[in-house]
Amino acid sequence: MEHNSVNYDKIRCDACPVLCMISPGRTGACDRWGNVEGRLTRVDPVVLFRKVAAQQGELTGFLARSDWDGGVLPDAPVFISGVGSGTTYPDYKPAPFIVASKHDDVDMVTVVTEGIFSYCSFKVKIDTDRYLGPEQATVRCKGEAVGHVTTIEYGSQMLSLGGVHHLTGGSKKEGRVTCDAMMDLGNRKPVELQIDGGANVIVQAGEPPVVNGVAEQRMRVGCGSATIGIFARQWHGHVDEVVVVDDHITGVLTEHQAGRFLDMPPSGIKIRGRKSTPGRYFQVAHPGTGWGGTDITDPLSIVTGFDPKVARPGLRVLMVSTTGEDAAFFVLDQTLRMVPALMPGPVRRVVDRIGENCEPALCTVLFLMGAGGSLRAGVTENPVRLTRSIKDLLTRVTSGGAPVYVWPGGGITVMVDVTRMPRNAFGWVPTPAIVAPIEFTLRLADYEALGGHMDRVRSVEDVMRAERVRVLSWDGLNPWPMGI
Amino acid sequence: MAHGDLTVQVAAQRPQVERAPSGAMRARLGEGRWHFQHGPIDLVVGAEGEPASVCGFVEAAWTRMQTILGELVHELPALRAPVAAGVLRGSVARRMEAACLPHALQFVTPMAAVAGAVADELIACARGHHGLLRAHVNNGGDIALHLAPGTHYRVGLFADLGRIERRERWRLDGDAEIGFGTPVRGVATSGWRGRSFSLGIADCVTVLARTAAQADAAATMIANAVNVEHPAISRCAADALKDDTDLGDRRVTVGVPALPAALIEHALDAGTAYAAALQARGIVHAAVLWLQGRVRTVGCA
Repeated sequence: MEHNSVNYDKIRCDACPVLCMISPGRTGACDRWGNVEGRLTRVDPVVLFRKVAAQQGELTGFLARSDWDGGVLPDAPVFISGVGSGTTYPDYKPAPFIVASKHDDVDMVTVVTEGIFSYCSFKVKIDTDRYLGPEQATVRCKGEAVGHVTTIEYGSQMLSLGGVHHLTGGSKKEGRVTCDAMMDLGNRKPVELQIDGGANVIVQAGEPPVVNGVAEQRMRVGCGSATIGIFARQWHGHVDEVVVVDDHITGVLTEHQAGRFLDMPPSGIKIRGRKSTPGRYFQVAHPGTGWGGTDITDPLSIVTGFDPKVARPGLRVLMVSTTGEDAAFFVLDQTLRMVPALMPGPVRRVVDRIGENCEPALCTVLFLMGAGGSLRAGVTENPVRLTRSIKDLLTRVTSGGAPVYVWPGGGITVMVDVTRMPRNAFGWVPTPAIVAPIEFTLRLADYEALGGHMDRVRSVEDVMRAERVRVLSWDGLNPWPMGI
Repeated sequence: MAHGDLTVQVAAQRPQVERAPSGAMRARLGEGRWHFQHGPIDLVVGAEGEPASVCGFVEAAWTRMQTILGELVHELPALRAPVAAGVLRGSVARRMEAACLPHALQFVTPMAAVAGAVADELIACARGHHGLLRAHVNNGGDIALHLAPGTHYRVGLFADLGRIERRERWRLDGDAEIGFGTPVRGVATSGWRGRSFSLGIADCVTVLARTAAQADAAATMIANAVNVEHPAISRCAADALKDDTDLGDRRVTVGVPALPAALIEHALDAGTAYAAALQARGIVHAAVLWLQGRVRTVGCA
């Protein structure tokens, strides 16, 4: 905090060049940042959701379209989110908003707060077969360690970014860079990452990953062997051999079970790498950003030759990657050399179909937060009852209105897809730690039963009257939180 | 800026945010509409016309936007002091000064015109882009306009933010058509419920003027003039609510109860007299004043 305080109790905001000195409990010139108990905190207007039919365009009080029938508070249900609600860290006081509203004539309570999370991280799934780096490698942002490479899943590489170890366990700079990177990830901005011994990756939630400067287009349809299995019948009769180049398992059609099943005669092709089961090869090349997640750009580099006792001139060979992005067609000449040839239409169509079956490659970013600590005290006087109430499905947890996955076991550890939250829902405090919205919604009677701060329950109308509010249309993909 | 508190957005939009080295940010909201933001400057830029001209204007405005806040901060102490001639240097600051000088018989600082002056500065980037049909820069309700011959804007007026609290239907209280042939290129609104403080009790004063800066300063001053003493009106020292406010310990309005009809008329009389004087001096083109359901107009709004 030292670098933020100049006066005795005012803090200096360095979010913009105005450099406001802000007294406790007040906001700066922008009304976005404020001094919350000595901490510089984002205090944007509280975001409310209104359940409405589809609407177009932005409307403000001014230059408004006069044909808008909406109104800010029609009878449509309103849900108050934690975005911009502020926080009462360290939570010995009730959460900023404990709001009662009617839903289907049942009194519902939503406890709304912005939690300050040190124990939090992002789990990032990067759809790519390209080699991003070795498992356990350090992931860096601006040279600072911000996370690590974890497992490879089917068609995707997982990263774990952020976390308390990088936020507060390392140097001051490491913490700051980690905090910035986490906030940007959560707010769906692009973040450039460098993996030790691996690739440079630009990650942005809901957007294709950019690996070493190249935007990924699509996920592979399956491994090389699976691709053979899926498309064998469609190639049959149009080619004599197909090699599906894949860093994990390269498939060879005539040796593969699928080719045998179709009674395809062996082609005599010899492939580099280590043979697994028939028609399946490991390690045909090194991992890289070339064909099928290997480092090759010339497919012939993995073919060592043809068995002259088996192969014949005129043999038609297709080489293709697991995404169909790379493909080449060859015909064997009299000396059994592979000569590039024009790909016949029926073969091209199957190559295109591989591409068609590849889903768009995306980065998906899940925020993982542990709300098991003192934040619960802002909700109830008996924190463990909140935990139990969530486990018993009496209380629904949302983050900026988005549904969350609640991990089994102790504490309140939840995971949320940031693309289902309102934009710019994440903030930070100089600790450094991440500020994220969290809401607990339950029946009023249940809230009373678990020791809730009943004296602090306010009506939706009261919150809207007294607070700066921003109204968003409800994201129709998210379930309405009050339907418990 | 009576509407600075309330922004209604549609969440389905997923704008890409671009950040300039200065910290200024922009995001595309839709066809020909952009959101620019830097610290307390928060505005929407809209343009229509030939794509090359629209793009040229928007890029020029974005380039200009990136340095405005830094320039203003550079002169901030003078901007927060009572207005005086010839003190300020920056182009936006001089727009603020020019717009506030006509009101200098009363307490006013150049900050009274900051929103409008920024809007004017950006709309000036439309010059030379001859394929533009029309463009606007809406800085929290203070709006600068660019119109090509034959075009016009319809500006809707929403007077009473209190209606939101009372859960009434959203409807417009009026609208004004601003055509190429009128001298009006600026619209601004002020009132005690807005983001900026007001010394008066007007729900809303909307002013049409040649520039947005002139409209901004005039709306602020007319709204200050719509005033009356009544024990139930809550007022509070500005510096008790906000640090570094240019209003110092002047008492700003924080709550206005329902007033007797005679007092409403009395307050409106005071505001209308000031607005009429400004109109006679050619500083404002027209003004509309609202207070608790009663409306006065000055000029041909």
